Amino acid sequence: MSAAIKNLLYRMADDELIIGHRNSEWTGLGPILEEDIAFSSLAQDQIGHALANYTILESQFGEPPPDTVAFNRKEKDFLSCHLVELPIGEYDFSLMRHFLFDHSESCRYELLLKSSFAPLAMLAKKIKGEIKYHTLHADLWITKLGNGTEESHARMQTALNETLPYALGLFEASDYEDELISTGVFAGEAALQAMWLDRITPIIEQAHLSMPDMTTIEPKYGGRRGYHSEFLQPLLTEMSEVFQLDLETKW
Amino acid sequence: MTTINNEEIYTVLRTVMDPEIPVLSVVDLGMITDVQTSDDGVTVKMIPTFVACPAINVIKTNIKESLEHAGYSDVNVLIDETIAWSSDRISENGKLVLEQFGLGAPIQIDGILDLKQIESVNCPHCKSENTTMRSLFGSTLCRSIHYCNDCKQAFERFKPL
Repeated sequence: MSAAIKNLLYRMADDELIIGHRNSEWTGLGPILEEDIAFSSLAQDQIGHALANYTILESQFGEPPPDTVAFNRKEKDFLSCHLVELPIGEYDFSLMRHFLFDHSESCRYELLLKSSFAPLAMLAKKIKGEIKYHTLHADLWITKLGNGTEESHARMQTALNETLPYALGLFEASDYEDELISTGVFAGEAALQAMWLDRITPIIEQAHLSMPDMTTIEPKYGGRRGYHSEFLQPLLTEMSEVFQLDLETKW
Repeated sequence: MTTINNEEIYTVLRTVMDPEIPVLSVVDLGMITDVQTSDDGVTVKMIPTFVACPAINVIKTNIKESLEHAGYSDVNVLIDETIAWSSDRISENGKLVLEQFGLGAPIQIDGILDLKQIESVNCPHCKSENTTMRSLFGSTLCRSIHYCNDCKQAFERFKPL
């Protein structure tokens, strides 16, 4: 039982840490000041959510402290999906990733409100309102740019087409699905994916973007089992550079 | 006897301010969930506002030091894991203080948050309702950016959450 919950917590926390780091790369580079601030705030929230999950791992399961887990773990031990690992690219891609990822996170915590594992149910309650700001922000820009100029529409459509295979990788089933579902800890990745699709489809329609045929898309799996894209290791090296200078230092 | 002690403790806690909004006390912000005094000392239970609030450890230390400075010993400040913070916990006085500080106050949300509530805020300067939301994110996690169409000033608002 504890192996199943630990696996779920690491999948969630690693996604949040890595996308938080990626979003922080927009600090100072945002296309307009408000968006620079938005992505920096999203980053701060996401890294905070990762910290909350790593803290549950430490307090409930005796895992190493959050800093050690975040900055001194091998690449293969991370369970993040490929979607969050990809470089920030152009703003259209980062925005589309933010839209697809944050809706999945929002749905995930909504399902966890009813979790039989009390620390996660409590965290879900705390995080609910914060994520609302994330999804509202994403929805606002996706619809604005989808209905903007010919170029902005074309860019958002391309971003959607190219990001979806990675987004579907979010829902890669673990070996613990049945156990998590039967014990009431989590409704499982398949239920999450269905809920997510219901949530994003109306926004995509409002943005006048067309949803590619999901059955023809091959999801980018592997991350949940420690097989990562070429982009994770360079990110980890950069993120932990200062921490690695002296592992014994008290921060 | 215990009640009197607790009121004295709350008086001290009202002098401990949020580092990001230095006029708003941790009591008015609704961060304090319980105060207990016994022969073993004082236990204060508190909750962070945003999950990623970077000020939480500073606030914990400030609470402990303020109570110790006021003469209490064996002060224990704990995070209360049983209660989730909401902007509905901010006191009426807290909302008043926010507006005097130049920040829009959050409205009561009763657990349901939508775009309308987030957009609707009175200008803290001229009290006009004729305002426009400019950005969902502001200079700290707890603020959004708005513009008053009447007094033509941009202002920040403490987010309803």
